[in-house]
Amino acid sequence: MNSYIQTYFNPDKLAKAWEVIKTDFLAQTGVTLYITLMATLFAILIGLPLGVILVTGDAKGIRPLPKPLMRFLNGLINLLRSAPFIILIVVLMPITRAIVGKAVGNAAVIVPLVIAAFPFVARLVEGSLREVNPNIIEMSLSMGATTWETVFHVMLPESVPSLITSFTTAITTILGYTAMSGAVGGGGLGNLAITQGQQRYNQAVLIAALIVLVILVQIFQSVGTWLARKSDKRLKQ
Amino acid sequence: MIELRNLSKSFVTSDGPLDALKHVSLTIEDGDIYGIIGMSGAGKSTLVRCINMLERPTEGSVIWDGVDLGLLSKKEIRQARRQITMIFQSFNLLMQRTCLENVMLPLRLNHMPKADAKERAMALLETVDLPQKANAYPAQLSGGQQQRVAIARALATDPQVLLCDEATSALDPKTTHSILELLREINRKMGITIIVITHQMSVVQEICNRVAILDSGTVVEEGDVSEIFSNPKAAATKALVYPDMTEGMDSFGAEHQQMVRLVFQGASAASKPLIASMAMDCGVAANILSATTRTLGGKVYGNMLLNIPGGPDELAAAVKYLSATPSVTIQVDVEYTPREDGADEETVAEEAADQ
Repeated sequence: MNSYIQTYFNPDKLAKAWEVIKTDFLAQTGVTLYITLMATLFAILIGLPLGVILVTGDAKGIRPLPKPLMRFLNGLINLLRSAPFIILIVVLMPITRAIVGKAVGNAAVIVPLVIAAFPFVARLVEGSLREVNPNIIEMSLSMGATTWETVFHVMLPESVPSLITSFTTAITTILGYTAMSGAVGGGGLGNLAITQGQQRYNQAVLIAALIVLVILVQIFQSVGTWLARKSDKRLKQ
Repeated sequence: MIELRNLSKSFVTSDGPLDALKHVSLTIEDGDIYGIIGMSGAGKSTLVRCINMLERPTEGSVIWDGVDLGLLSKKEIRQARRQITMIFQSFNLLMQRTCLENVMLPLRLNHMPKADAKERAMALLETVDLPQKANAYPAQLSGGQQQRVAIARALATDPQVLLCDEATSALDPKTTHSILELLREINRKMGITIIVITHQMSVVQEICNRVAILDSGTVVEEGDVSEIFSNPKAAATKALVYPDMTEGMDSFGAEHQQMVRLVFQGASAASKPLIASMAMDCGVAANILSATTRTLGGKVYGNMLLNIPGGPDELAAAVKYLSATPSVTIQVDVEYTPREDGADEETVAEEAADQ
């Protein structure tokens, strides 16, 4: 134990660690937030409509779609969700290059992140929408609403608290994925922890990065939970 | 006018096909408050959903003012649904929207400008006596208040027909009464035809002018409420009209006894001490198993279930005596039909207490 402390936390290491924290932490926290928020935004833009289609297009949904199409969508989602993220990054490099013009750097991390996260978001949205009381959907159809009117006027508004909870789960998961951005030359706190901390035997940097990541997750989760609760009119007395 | 012609609906279930409706034919006139009553599983909910095409009939047709709804395009059916609106047992309000926004929903779906929709929704909330709850959320309302908001919402598009699917089944008797009053008022003032789906005879008795009795997907009896009540024919109708046919009757050994059912029409018949005078005049001491009175459209109907002790001679004497009395109809050797649920027992108790 003593030797562990002397190896990793001697004054020399701590001074170097402080240097890294002082010069890089703020900027790298910004990079992490940028990558996370952009990836979450695009994952929701793709995942939300896809989740809606999974529910409405189901054989028992309000507008069943052809079975082969639904099987394809479900298969694609399951395939993408089962691939490890680090493999996706490598496999998707040509696509990344086609979209952002390069296969390395912060912007290049966002592409595989979105592709890894949108199927996850679609499943979360699917779960949220399936919670909507089927009687209320029937009510909407009984007053002459179309499928899309039912989605926009009834299903989505009724599931807002649940959707907020789902998106909170998504953003914290995506934040965790950003640690792997270093694999394609992206930045961020996770990358900093690995390159400056683990690879240079400076545990203090690793721990400091970890603490900031934990704080970020806590903030996202607290804000998300608060918003979900505040938006839920079923609880308002 | 709504005509159901030879309507059938079957579902494919994991246990094979299920015939929910079998060749149902009914005519509902404009301005009617038409009751469709049956036990759970009789096909009432399927029937009402066929009227607005939420369920497509397997066979037969729904004719509304001469138009066969089954032949309309999807868009035309959506238009028709604004004229044939619906309220539900579970109210089905949007829980994340205020009462005002709930009432505005059908208007917004109709592309009415927001300000106009708001004004009209407010007026509708006043119709149902809840203007003070405009900005409250449904979770803050009682069941009866939620149903009032749902009624306001169903009236928003100026419908011609209102379908009520067990609309009062989740409410207590007092609230049920006030909702039924509101429905009656809507029927009278706005001339809206109301179709009431229920398993409670008391609901039919309170507001309907016509009634159809549904049993296992078939209409077993149909007609004016007063007629059905005073002279029920089908077994399912008798089970609903005479709620005294409950399991408790087993203790009398009811199926082995000589039973006579008396139906009194009008207050004069009901007020006569008929059983006492029968005991004195022909020496037959009847055993009263149950007795109830109902008021239908201001007219009093009484019915009494008697057990005549002794042999066939006593029974014949009693029947002869009772048949001679004006405004009393009798049925001998009443069929004994145990009921599956006790939905109306509360009513029986109340009525018994009234006497």
